[in-house]
Amino acid sequence: MVAFFFAYFSLVSILAGALTVALRNPVHCGIALLTLLLHVAGLFFLLNAEFLAIVQIIVYVGAILVLYLFVLMLLNLKTDERYLHSRYPLFLVPAVLGFAYLLALMLRSPFGGSKGDAPVPAVLQHGDTYAVGIKMFNDYLLPFEIVGVFLLGAIIGAIVLAKTPSGPDAENP
Amino acid sequence: MVPLSAYVAVSAVLFTTGVIGVLIRRNFIIVLMAVEIMLNAANLNLVAFSHYLDSMAGQIVALFVIAIAGGEAAVGLAIIIVVFRGKISTNVDEMNLLKW
Repeated sequence: MVAFFFAYFSLVSILAGALTVALRNPVHCGIALLTLLLHVAGLFFLLNAEFLAIVQIIVYVGAILVLYLFVLMLLNLKTDERYLHSRYPLFLVPAVLGFAYLLALMLRSPFGGSKGDAPVPAVLQHGDTYAVGIKMFNDYLLPFEIVGVFLLGAIIGAIVLAKTPSGPDAENP
Repeated sequence: MVPLSAYVAVSAVLFTTGVIGVLIRRNFIIVLMAVEIMLNAANLNLVAFSHYLDSMAGQIVALFVIAIAGGEAAVGLAIIIVVFRGKISTNVDEMNLLKW
């Protein structure tokens, strides 16, 4: 059963990723990206990371992707006649070679290593959200605060960048 | 039971798709979407290793990656709006003001 769902989620997400890169109309690309994000969230469910799957759906699909579609609507783009880079086969070759290298490295790695302190039955006892919360607010409190400050900076930066220039500086923004 | 290497293979394919998208597309917004694909591939890797190595750390880092992706999307789209206001294009080939 898990293998079936894994095959479905992974095949659809790979297909949606390819469509995101290949489709001509930017809005269609956004819809393909939506499909990809939802199916990656399904893969997270299979990996017992239900909190992360829900965060993926809420934050990625509900906020980030809507932001992308919002900007697409706002800019009212014309579909380009030549939407790919003029010499794109030149870039395809190193990308495929790099992928082959990644695959070769992967097939040679043992993927062993010391086990951590959160085996699956212990996580499932209270749920994934509980485990993530305990871990984050004990061991990862400082990175959590830093991410908060980073998001504040990103919000302020985005507002400052996108604000319509007005006042005495309007001539040379 | 799905082996760990299957998840890593899916993640590698998605990452390569994202790299190809960044390299060959000329629309800035699609380039940012391809970056999101790459971040998602990295997240999938983190969560898969977190599950198979019995550690919560991967999921925490994946959560941070999602937050960083949100900031990146906001700032990137703001830059697109500024560039689009100056000259009516989102083509990455025509953004060459900082080129030496």
